[in-house]
Amino acid sequence: MQRREFLFGMAALALPQAGRAEVAPSGVELRIGLTPVFLDDQAAFLNRWRDYLSARSGLTVAFVQRSSYREIVEQILGKTLDMAWLCGYPYVMAQEHLRLLAVPLHLGRPEYHSYLIARHDMAQVEGIDDLAGRVFAFSDPNSFSGSLYPRFLLHERGQSAAQHFRRSFYTWSHRKVVEAVAAGLADGGAVAGYVWETLARLHPEITTATRVVGRSPSYGFPPFVVRADLRPSLAATLQRVFVDMRDDAEGARLLQTLNLDGFVPGDTAMYRSIREMVRLVEQR
Amino acid sequence: MLRFRDLSFRYKIPLRATLLVLVTAVTLTAANVVREYEQLRTDLFANAESLGSVVAMTLITPLLHDDLWRAYEIVSVPVRQGQDSTLGAEWLLVVDAQGRVYASTRPREQPVGVTLAELGGSVARLAAEYDLAALRGSRAVELEEASDFHLLMPILFDGVNLGTLILAYPKSIFEPRFRSIVERGALVTLLVLALLLPISWYWGRRMADPLVQLADCMSRVGERIPVESEYRLYESRDEVGLAGTQLKLMLAALREKEALEQQIIASERLAAIGRITAGIAHEINNPLGGMLNAISTYKRHGQAERTLPLLERGLLQIKETVAALLVEARLQSHPLNAQDFDDLRTLLQPHLAPKRVQLVWQGGLLGTVALPSTQVRQILLNLLLNAVQAAEPGSEVVCSIEHGRESIEFRVANRGQPIPVERLNHLFEPFVGTSDGGNGLGLWVTYQLVQQLGGRIDVSSNAADGTVVAVSLPAPETDR
Repeated sequence: MQRREFLFGMAALALPQAGRAEVAPSGVELRIGLTPVFLDDQAAFLNRWRDYLSARSGLTVAFVQRSSYREIVEQILGKTLDMAWLCGYPYVMAQEHLRLLAVPLHLGRPEYHSYLIARHDMAQVEGIDDLAGRVFAFSDPNSFSGSLYPRFLLHERGQSAAQHFRRSFYTWSHRKVVEAVAAGLADGGAVAGYVWETLARLHPEITTATRVVGRSPSYGFPPFVVRADLRPSLAATLQRVFVDMRDDAEGARLLQTLNLDGFVPGDTAMYRSIREMVRLVEQR
Repeated sequence: MLRFRDLSFRYKIPLRATLLVLVTAVTLTAANVVREYEQLRTDLFANAESLGSVVAMTLITPLLHDDLWRAYEIVSVPVRQGQDSTLGAEWLLVVDAQGRVYASTRPREQPVGVTLAELGGSVARLAAEYDLAALRGSRAVELEEASDFHLLMPILFDGVNLGTLILAYPKSIFEPRFRSIVERGALVTLLVLALLLPISWYWGRRMADPLVQLADCMSRVGERIPVESEYRLYESRDEVGLAGTQLKLMLAALREKEALEQQIIASERLAAIGRITAGIAHEINNPLGGMLNAISTYKRHGQAERTLPLLERGLLQIKETVAALLVEARLQSHPLNAQDFDDLRTLLQPHLAPKRVQLVWQGGLLGTVALPSTQVRQILLNLLLNAVQAAEPGSEVVCSIEHGRESIEFRVANRGQPIPVERLNHLFEPFVGTSDGGNGLGLWVTYQLVQQLGGRIDVSSNAADGTVVAVSLPAPETDR
C-alpha cells in the first residue's frame, strides 16, 4: 500500500520536476532531505554542517526538512532531492531508485536498535505484551525502529496495533515519541535507540521520565542515500566526504554533536533483514 | 475591669475615629474585591473564550485526521506559555464526539480514551450536566465546590460537532490580585490612621477639656458651695458652654439658698430662746406670785408661822425648776452595771399594769461600763416612761441595748400615735412636752444628760414603725 503511494508520488512529481535532473550533476546545487526523525530542532548545527559539506564537496549544499519519510522519498523519486537521510525501512521500500551512500557509525558500529519504552511510573510493564489495552506512540509510519519493528513484534503474536492497543498514534518524530511517553500521553512507545541515547545525553529530564523495556536485535543504521540516477562520480565524491568526516577537526566536532563516530560506505546486505520483515508484516 | 464607657473622651474620640476609618476601609476594600472579582471573572471568561475559539479552530484538522499528537501539541501551547500569566489556563482537555478524552494537557490524570464519567470529579459533573455533543456555542461554567472555572467550547466543522474543548482555570487564580487589593487597602488605612489619629487626639482634648472642667467644678459642690473665683468654666454657646452657664446659675441659686437657711436657723434659734424664756418666766412667776401674796398677807395679818412655809414652798419650787434647767450632775455614782437595769425594771413595774404594756429587753451589757450609772438610769427611765405613756394599750415597749467596742447604744421603741413632724424639731426643748402632768422638762433633761456624757440622741417616728429613740454613748473599754 505504501509502496504504491511512493510510486504514485514519484510519478506525480517526476514530470514537472524533470528539469532538475541536470542541475545537481552540474555541481551547482545538492539538496539533502532530512526528517524530524533526527536533528529537526538544531538550525545552527545544520548551517554548520551544510557549510562543511559545501566546502568539502565543492557543491552548494542545501538541507530540505520535511515532516515525514514519505515526503522525502517522494521528493527523491521526483528528483527534487538528490540525497536524503532515510530510515532503513523506506530505503528498502524504494531500493531500486536509490543508491546507498554512507552508513553512520554509532558506538563504533553501523547498527542501531529499536527501543520499546514505557512510562517511568509503570513499573509493571516489561515488554510489549504488558502494554496491551494501553496507549502507544509510534514515530513515523515509515520508520523501522519507530513503527515497523513493534508492528513486527505484534505480527509475531498474530495481532495488529489496533487490536493490541487501546489507542495508538503517530508523532512523526522519534523525539516526540519520548516526549509523549514522558508526558504520560502514551503509556509506551517505539523509538530509535540512537535517538533515545542521544536524547539521554542532551535532555536527560525527558528520558528519565521513560524507561526502556525492550531492545531489538541490531539492524542497519538509517543510511544516507542518493538518487540512483545521480552521476556516479559525484556520488563517489560525496561518499568520500562523508567517510572522511571523522578525519578532520570540524568533521569530528560535527560528528560529536550528531553523537556519531563516523560514516562507512555500507552494504545493502545490512538491510536485508529489514526487507524480510517488511515482507512478513505487509503480507498480512 | 475598664469598660469603654468609663473611658475619658480624650481616648473615646480617637478610638471612635479609628473605628470609623477601619469600617470605611473594610467596606471599601470589600467593594473593591467584589468589583475586581467581577472584572477578573469577565476578563477571564473573555480571555478563555478567545483562546478557546482559536484552539478549537486549530484542532479541527487534527481531529478530522485523527492526529492525536498534533492535538496534544496544540492544547499544550497555551498551558506552556501561560505558566507566568495570571490568567493562564490550568489545563485543557479535548473530548471527542463520543465523550471520551481525546487529548489532555494532563494526560496522567485524564488518560486518552477514557470517558469523562470514568474520570470522575468536576469533569464528570460537567459531562453529566451538559450535553457536550449538542453544544453549539461556548459556555462558561462555574461549578459549585469545584476548584476550577470551566469553559466549554465546541469544536465545530461545517456544523458538525467533532468534539469539545474544555478549558479549566483555577479559582485561586484571583487570590494574588485579592491579596494585593487587601494589602493596598491596609496600607492606605494605616496612612489615613497615622494622619487622623493625632488630629482626633487633638479633637478629643478640645472636646474633653471643658467637660473635665465642668465635672471638676461639680465635684467641688458638697459641704459648701464653691464661689465663682474657685472654678473656671469653658465659655461658649455650644452645649458644653450652655451646661457651664447653667451650672453657674445653679451654684448661685444654691449659695442664695444656703444663706437663706442660715437666716432661718438664726431666727429659729431666737424663737426657741423666746419660748424657753417665756417658759422659765412662767414657771418662776407662779410661785413668785404666791410668795408675794403671802408676804402681803403677812404684812396685813402678821402670821409668820403661816407665811414662812408658804415662802419656803415657793422658793423650793423655783429651785427645783432652776435645778431641772441646769441639770447638774454632781452626784457621785458607781459605774454602770447589769444591776442598774434590774432596778429600772423594778421602778417601771407599777406603770406597766394600768396600760397592760409589756416591756421587752433585748441585749445587755458585756460587763461593767465606765459610765455614771445615775445619769444613764435617769436617761433610760425618762425615755421608758415616755414610751410606756405613748404606747397603745396592750402593746410592747422594746428596749434594746447594744454594747459595742467603743460605744453603747440604747434603743427604746414603742407603737402608737407617731409624733407630728412639726413637734419633732422642738422635741428636746424645755416646756414643750404636752404630756399630762409633766413639766415638759423630761426630754430636755434627757438631752442635756446625753450631751454631758458626750453622746447623741436621735428620734424617728412614723405610723409604720412607731417611735424609736436611739441613744448612743461613748463607752471606753474597761475590764469586762
